[in-house]
This record gives sequence, structure tokens and C-alpha cells, in this order.
Amino acid sequence: MIVELTVNGVPVTARVTNPGSLLDLLRDELGLPGSKNACEQGECGSCSVILDGELVCSCLVMAADAAGSSVTTVEGVSPDDGLHPVQEAMHHAGAVQCGFCTPGIVVAAVDLFARNAHPSSNEIKDALAGNICRCTGYGAIIRALEGVGATDEH
Amino acid sequence: MSTRTGRRVGVPRGVIRDSPLRPDGVPKLRGEFEYAQDLRAEGMLWAATVRSPHARARVVSIDLGPALAIGGVHACLTAADVPGRATFGLEHADQPVLAGDEVKFWGEPVAVVAAEDDDTARRAAAAVEVRYEELDARTDPEEADDRDEVFRRLSIRRGDQGLHGSVVVEGEYEVGMQDQAPLGTEAGLAIPDGQGGVDLYATSQYVHVDQEQVVASLGLRPDQVRAHPTGIGGAFGAREDVNLHIHLCMLALHTGRPVKMVYHRSESFTGHVHRHPAWLRYRHESDEDGRLVRVEARVMIDGGAYASTTSAVLANACYFAVGPYRSDSVAVDGVGARTNNPPCGAMRGFGAVQVCFAYEAQMDRLAAALEMDPLDLRELNALGTGDPMPTTGQVIETPLPTIEVIRSLQAMPLPEPATMAHHSELPGGSGLTTEPHHVRRGVGYALGLKNLGFSEGSDDYAQARVRLTPDGAVVETAAIEVGQGLVTVLAQIVRSALGISRVDVNHVDTSKIDSAGSTSASRQTQLSGGATLEASVKLRQRVLDRHEGEELDDDGVWKGDELVVSWSVLAEEDWEETVTFRHPPTTGPDENGQGVIHADFAVAGHRAVVDVDTELGLVKVVRVDTAQDVGLALNPQSVRGQIEGGILQGVGLAVMEELVMKDGVILNPTFTDYLLPTILDAPDVEALLIEREGSWGPFGAKGVGEPPTISSTAAVAAAIRAASGKELNRVPIRPQDIALE
Amino acid sequence: MEIVHPNSIDEALAGLGDGAIPLAGGTDLMVEVNFGHIRPERVIGLRRLAELKEWDGQRIGAGVTWRRIETHGPKALAEAARTVGSPQIRNAGTIGGNLGTASPAGDGHPFLAAVGASIELASTASQRTLTWQEFFTGVKETARRPDELIMAVHLPAGLPERQCFGKIGIRNAMVIATVCAVVTRADDGKTTVALGSVAPTPIRATGAENMISSIGHPSAGDLVEFQRLVSEEVRPITDHRSTEEYRRHGAGVLARRLLERCLS
Repeated sequence: MIVELTVNGVPVTARVTNPGSLLDLLRDELGLPGSKNACEQGECGSCSVILDGELVCSCLVMAADAAGSSVTTVEGVSPDDGLHPVQEAMHHAGAVQCGFCTPGIVVAAVDLFARNAHPSSNEIKDALAGNICRCTGYGAIIRALEGVGATDEH
Repeated sequence: MSTRTGRRVGVPRGVIRDSPLRPDGVPKLRGEFEYAQDLRAEGMLWAATVRSPHARARVVSIDLGPALAIGGVHACLTAADVPGRATFGLEHADQPVLAGDEVKFWGEPVAVVAAEDDDTARRAAAAVEVRYEELDARTDPEEADDRDEVFRRLSIRRGDQGLHGSVVVEGEYEVGMQDQAPLGTEAGLAIPDGQGGVDLYATSQYVHVDQEQVVASLGLRPDQVRAHPTGIGGAFGAREDVNLHIHLCMLALHTGRPVKMVYHRSESFTGHVHRHPAWLRYRHESDEDGRLVRVEARVMIDGGAYASTTSAVLANACYFAVGPYRSDSVAVDGVGARTNNPPCGAMRGFGAVQVCFAYEAQMDRLAAALEMDPLDLRELNALGTGDPMPTTGQVIETPLPTIEVIRSLQAMPLPEPATMAHHSELPGGSGLTTEPHHVRRGVGYALGLKNLGFSEGSDDYAQARVRLTPDGAVVETAAIEVGQGLVTVLAQIVRSALGISRVDVNHVDTSKIDSAGSTSASRQTQLSGGATLEASVKLRQRVLDRHEGEELDDDGVWKGDELVVSWSVLAEEDWEETVTFRHPPTTGPDENGQGVIHADFAVAGHRAVVDVDTELGLVKVVRVDTAQDVGLALNPQSVRGQIEGGILQGVGLAVMEELVMKDGVILNPTFTDYLLPTILDAPDVEALLIEREGSWGPFGAKGVGEPPTISSTAAVAAAIRAASGKELNRVPIRPQDIALE
Repeated sequence: MEIVHPNSIDEALAGLGDGAIPLAGGTDLMVEVNFGHIRPERVIGLRRLAELKEWDGQRIGAGVTWRRIETHGPKALAEAARTVGSPQIRNAGTIGGNLGTASPAGDGHPFLAAVGASIELASTASQRTLTWQEFFTGVKETARRPDELIMAVHLPAGLPERQCFGKIGIRNAMVIATVCAVVTRADDGKTTVALGSVAPTPIRATGAENMISSIGHPSAGDLVEFQRLVSEEVRPITDHRSTEEYRRHGAGVLARRLLERCLS
């Protein structure tokens, strides 16, 4: 079947032949490999996207069910040049190591700041509770995002 | 010759001891960094693996027909299709590329398929009909020991074996099977070169050893296989062994098309080795004042079905079985058992983690028996520079600031009781199980010791090349960046040594440079960093000699205030320097386990503060503070990143991370049930870096990756003991271990 | 593979049957798909069906997400909602989907059992409302027929104000319950105790309820006895997540603490 949806503001059309995920569609068919697959079951957040305004795991969205929806991925939250303030803060704080969780954390954090410009530490932690990072121990991520809330309006 | 005056003053930014931004940070943050999972090639096929559903079985027959009948399936290969050596292995080639007559662990690869897309490949793998005759899985390592089914035994005897102390503590300890669980699963792409050779781009910590194993099993000439360093989502030891590498190359050469494979998470849990589960028996004897007189240890680790690095892990566990303490008389007996459990191998800490949990529990018991402060006891026995290793007798020649570590921990202020205003501050978290009055606080300390670099006489080296280009300098290396920040630190070393600011690090394939060794054993900063420093220093000297200059910077070669050669002219002269760096040589053990076994050592200590709901057995790890011997912190931010990340992996082993086994089957091979710490489980960390000159690493740097993981587990366990009053001789500590009698 | 996006409940019901699989938030179904356990040929996509998202007083539409329940639900159900998976899962997962999966560990189930909720089912041929006891029939088994859709959850009127949820898990977020429970206490002392992860379906600890409901001001000894009765009444198993013994212990302690919270 043919699925039409909007990805990062651009209308796209894709052929879907199996009950696979939006994540696979983004990565394998639409040339957007920024969203990562690390667990296939919504337990790591590496595939986080914003679907019709809500932060979700794209591995748990059936691609065919995304027809008519609007999807924002890490590629969509990144400015054409340079970095979003969330990305900039993470870069400077040393919040990136292997980087595999990073796109999902960026998307979750951008979603957080869109709803809450000055989150507390606890609000940051609650918002990122679904994003597993295996490298950093989270300290640098928390410090980065606390810095965003302290200095910037989004 | 161009001349110019008015040179810039000062050193470039981003030299050693700075924390420059990661060069791969922007692409990683934008989702543009290319991981092995993201690779594509024109005409690419997808592969999938058929795996054994039994821990041990005879393979009666394999019917590929149903798989080949599926449209879009291009190849199904079995053991009979392996063109060269039928087995592979990091140290001993004992593991079949594809199982032949017998499968020896649950999840062992039996066949591989290639098809037009991932979905078809997985369906085809499921359609392969393998008939098995199930055999009794032998999963008890003690029984394996009795049957003499072992990968290695190691006995260490040092000092007068008749010495005894008047104060004796004994204990038995157990460490569950931890998984590295790097977020990026195993993935790769093999591309045939059209002339019988192949290019491999796959998750790896060590491309040269992958290449050697692919060459052997494919029966090719070494020059026909090129293994390329590839973007990798973490490693922690899981990427040292070959898994999909040979399979991909076989399928690529068989089909004549590029072939890609990506393991799903459950497959990843069977597709790479794990941290060895361990059973440890200890007896510590001291005099009345607390001086250790004798330490006896029996170390059993379960290596699973195939060798991987079990021999080296066992050796490390035995060599570090006493920890950073002096003892005149030591007896250690170690066994690395062979069973039908999943193969175990390298994970951050490499044997030192398991024994640390045990010997630090013993030190606390000894302190209790002596009615001494646990840190005072450790300080009294602290191992330092000039002391012989308690196990191997090797005199420690590089700085080992054990006493400074202890005193630093002692001096760090303890946190206030939690306000418990938010659920994340209480055990049980958002589950709302616990009120502040259910909580008891505990504080625990632990110290850990580990070697840096490869040991036991292995020829441990790293090659690096530094070239000058019109854009600056380039480091070429086959060393793998797994996330730790090697790309940043190598560039810093070049900036410091050459005096120029524009430096790139290029990862090149196995045909273009000699090995950098593995990104493991906390060794790349010291080894590849050492090679990079030496190459830079030599290159600078040659440039200055040739042009009779005095200084080099981004503008070119200077003599006094005169620019004698501009950079653009210099860069046309084709400057490069390739260096192979070796650390001081080591030896294998003699019959008593004695020898100059290790190249360097690092010590670290942790203090954990926990809040425990003792009635329900729930734990909130509040803080884990640390002091770590780092030699010199070349990049303080990266060092801190290693420390915080390593501590959380140690916390994970202490309270939640375990592959639960039953009859050789992993019961929880998913992220739903193999629990990794979330951001709400992460303790606050204060890290004190202890810098002492004298190591052979570049500028005196020591490796920093493993020490954070070694004693953090033991410290958390000690803190939970302090809060609960329970013995807790096993990690991970489960709620029932605390809550039930 | 085909997917239908119905514009109305009637269209959705008309599409069910013949192996068609209803898809709501996808947080359970897609795990099964991704793991290769099921391969649906016909899917009824319910995610954007507005009628299922209606929340009218005591009637919560099956398509209401945990995210909405977190902020708008009755106290103990909201507390349960906050422990469902991660923020990403709560944004997608629905109360109806939780019922359809009927995991023994479903975080929402103890509340429904504690307050005596019922579940509304509909097909093209019929509409029926089952008590929670009738609805849950076993581990991941329910009384829903393949041609039926879970329409809504009905809560009884006049829920006790004192109601508390708790969940024991090994991790401080994103964890499957080792034990979860809800305790409610009405002004007249009537107490209900429902537990999850300790039996094939959510259960009520009726012996403990009866014992404590008759006591206006429970003493410390009464609370201990209440805990003991709860521990006795649950029917847990040992698996890779925990042991029967710990689950018994945890169920009793958790229920006692939730009761204490209700009484305080």
C-alpha cells in the first residue's frame, strides 16, 4: 500500500508492504537514518520522534498507521546549519560519547523545552526517563540541559 | 624561501589538558554520523542468522529448501560452505564459524541467509529447518572443573606459604553475568571487490584481528580482505570477538553482492560475549594491628562454550585477586570452566571487577573483626610504587597513589540526607512504594586495581601515522573510536607536540596501516596516543632539521621572528612519520604465577551513598564519589565522561544488571528484562582526578576507561550492607536479598 | 498487508473479524511484530478515531492515552499512569490497549479491580459490558471476542477519595511491576485491595479487605494482620523477574503501606 505522510515538514510518499515500523520506514526507505534502533520494543528511546505533536518511539508506530501524520525526526529538529540550543549545550557539556542514544535524547529534550522552557532537574530526569544512555552515566546530559533551561528561552 | 616577521605568540587551542569539542559531536548530535547500522551500498542484500534453540544438541540435518523457496532469497550457507578454517577465536580458534555436528550454546549460529531485504532474510532464516537431537547441557562450572573441562587453570603462590595471621575472615561470593549492552547492536556491511576479495565495514574494537580471522576462514590472502573502522554505538568489550564478520564476507563473496546484517537486541544478547559470572572463595588473615599476612583465594569463572578471552580474564582475576594491598603470603587458584552456557569474554574491567567485589567485602569484614575503620585498614595495607604486587611479585615502578586515593575519599564531604521532596529521591522512584521513614542510609567504600594494556608477554603495540597536509596535520590510525573520545585526544596530542592547531584524525583500513591493537584494556590513549606523540615529535624534529627552523606553527617553520617556510610550501613536501609504539615488555607467569606480567597499573576508589528501603529491599544510589589515578588527564571532560559512565555500569551490576540463566538459556534477552540504569537511577558523581607523573603513556597519561567500573560495584554493595545489615555476598543485589531473611 | 483507518466506530466494528487486528497505540502490538511473533495481514488503525478518545465523567474511552490519565485521571489511576513505560510509551499507549493485552503486570489493572470497574465491548452484532472479573480470564487472555472492540472503561460513581497506587520494580523508571497494588478506603471503612503481577489476572485480596473494613481505626497489630492476609491471598510465581516468596512479601508490605497512606 502507498502511505502519504509529512516528515520534517515535507510531504512524502512511500510504499509499505509489511507491518513494519515507522522507524524502518524512516531509516530504510526515506533516507533518514538519524533515528536509531537499539531495542525494537520502546525500552531505550533511541528512535524517538515527534508524531502529530507527541514524543513517541517510532519503532512502536506501524509505518502504515502513520499515513496522514506529521513526523519530526532528529534531522528535522536540527537547523540547516549548526546546532539547536539543546544540541549546542550537549556538545559543550561532553554529553555525547558513542552517540547512538544522542538523536533520541535530542528529540526528547527538544520536546521537553517546547513544553517547558525552564524545567527543573527533576523535570529533566522525568522527561528523559525513557532514553537509555550506556556511555555517559547521564551526568553530562543533565548538566547540559540544566544549562539550556537556565540561559535560554525556547 | 618566503620570509615574514611578526609571528603569533602562544600555543594552539585544544592541546592536552584542554577539553576541546569532539570532532564527531556535531554529526552525532544532528543524526548524521554514520554507524555500521546506517551503511548502504548499491545492490545490497540483507543477511540473517539461523541460531540454535538448544544449549547443546546434535545437528541431525539442515533443510535449506523452505528458505530458498522464498522469493528474494539469494543464499543459505552452512558449515559446509566455510571455505577456509572452520573455526575462529580471539586467542584460540575453537569456535565454529557455523556449527557443524553439534551446537554447544543457546543461540549458536547454524546457518546464514541473504535476501533482498531485511524482512525476507529474517523470514528465510526462520524457514530453515534444522533437526536437532537434544543433548544434556552441561552448565555447572564446578562439574566442568571436576571433568577437567577448563580453558585455563592458574595457580599463584607468593611468599612463605606457612605464614598465618591471628585474625581470620572467610567468605564466599558470587557475581552474576553482566552484559555490555552497547546501544548499537552488532552490524556490518561486506562488499566484494570483484576480484575475489572483500571490504568489511562492521562493528569492531579491533579491526586487524577481525581481518586475520576473516582471512583464515575465507581461505584468502591477507591482502584480499580489508577491514575498515566503522561508526560504532559503544562496545565495552562486546566488540572484541568476531560475530557477524565472517558470515557477512562469506555471503558477499558467495552472492557477489554487498551484504548487510544488523542484529536485533535479543540476537545481540546471544551474538556477543558477556562478563564472566564468577564464584569466589576467600580467606584473609591479618595480625592484631590489621596488617595483611596472608590472602587465599579460589576464583571460578564460567567461560561458557568457547574460549574467547577466558584465559586472559581468568588470569586478570587471579593477578588482581588481592586488590591494591600488600600481603606477604598469597595463594590464588583460578579456574576458567568450559560449559554449555553462552561464551563469556571481555567486558570493561576484565576479571578485575569480579574479584574486587569479593576482596573489598573481605576487607570490610576484616575491619569489622578488628574493630577498625575500613579506610584506615585499607591505608595501613595500601600498595604503592616500589611495592611488589602481592600476587605476581612484580615491583610496581610507575606511580600508584593508593594512599592519596584513600585520603581523597576520606576528605570528600558526605551529602545531606535527601529532602525526598520528589519521588526520584526515594527508593522505588515513581512506583511510590516508599516513605522517607522507610529509608536507611548507608555509606560504603571500595578500592580497585587493574593493569593497563595487554599483559603476560603479549607483543602489545599500536601504530599511528602523522602526515602534514595543506589543511594541517592528519593522524592515520586503525584504532577504534567507540565513544570514549580517542578522536579528540589524538588530535590534542598532535597539537601539543607539533604546535599546530588544525588536526584531523582519520580511521584507515587494515591495508593502510599496521594494527593499533584493541580498543580495550584502557590502552588506546597510552598506546595509540604514545605512537601519535612519538610520530609528532619525530616529524617536528625532521621538519625543523631540514629547514633549520626553531619553531613550527600553523603558518609554517620559524627561525626567530622569520617564517622560513610557509605551511603551503611545507605541505607540498610530503611529510609523514609512522611510529609503532610498544609499552615496556612483560612476561608470562612462571609455575608460581610470578613474573613481570603487567605494563602499568591504575588504582581508583569509590564511596557510595545509598538510601535503602530495607523492608522492600529497594535501593536508591544517591551518590558515588571517586578518586582516580589518571597519570595526567589529557582531556579532563572526557576523563570525567569515562568516570561517570563507568560508575553507572558498576552501579548497574550492583543492583540490576544480570543475564538470568536457566539450563544454558538466557531468560531475559531483551531491554524489557535486562535492566540498564535510567537517568532516574543515576547517582550524582564527584570525581577527583589524581595526577602523578611517571607513567610511560604520552605526557604521563594513564588509561582511564576501566577503573571507574571496577570498585564502584563493590562500593555500592558495601553501602547497601551498611544500610541493611545483611551480608549480601552476591551481585546484583536483588530486593529479596535485602528484604527476606 | 492492509490497514484501514475507520472514520467511525461503526466502520471500525465492520472491519473487525476475519483476522483483522485492532491497533491503538501500538506499544504492545508492535513489539510482537518487531520480534516476528505475529505478522498481521489486516489492521484496523484506531489511533486517530476520536470517538474512542472521549472521556465522559466515569466513562473513559479505550483510546485515552496514559499521558492524559496521568494528568486527568482519578488519583490512584493517575499514579499508576505515571509508571507506565516511559514518556514516549505514555504518549502512545492507551487504557484500552492495556486491557486488550491483559498482561498480569498491567499497571492500570489493579485500579480497575480495586474500584470495581467494568469494560464495555462492542461488535457489529452486540454491545455488552463485563465486570473486570469477567473480562480478565487468564495470562494475556480476556473475554473479548475477535470481532469485538474494547470501547471504554466504566468507573463506578462515588469513588473513595482515599485511594493509593504503588508499584515495586527493580528500576526507578520504565520497569515492569514485580508487584503493583491499589488500596481504596471509603469513609465508612470499606476497604478494597487489588494487586497485579501476583496472579494470572489482577486480583482482590478479599480476606484482607473484609478483615480491615470492619475496623474503624486499625491498630498497628491490625495492619500487620492485614499485611499477612494479603501475602497469603496472592498467588505469585517465580520467574526471571522475581520469586514467589518476594512477591508474597512485597504484596503484603505494599498493601499495608498503601493502606497506611490512605489512613493518614
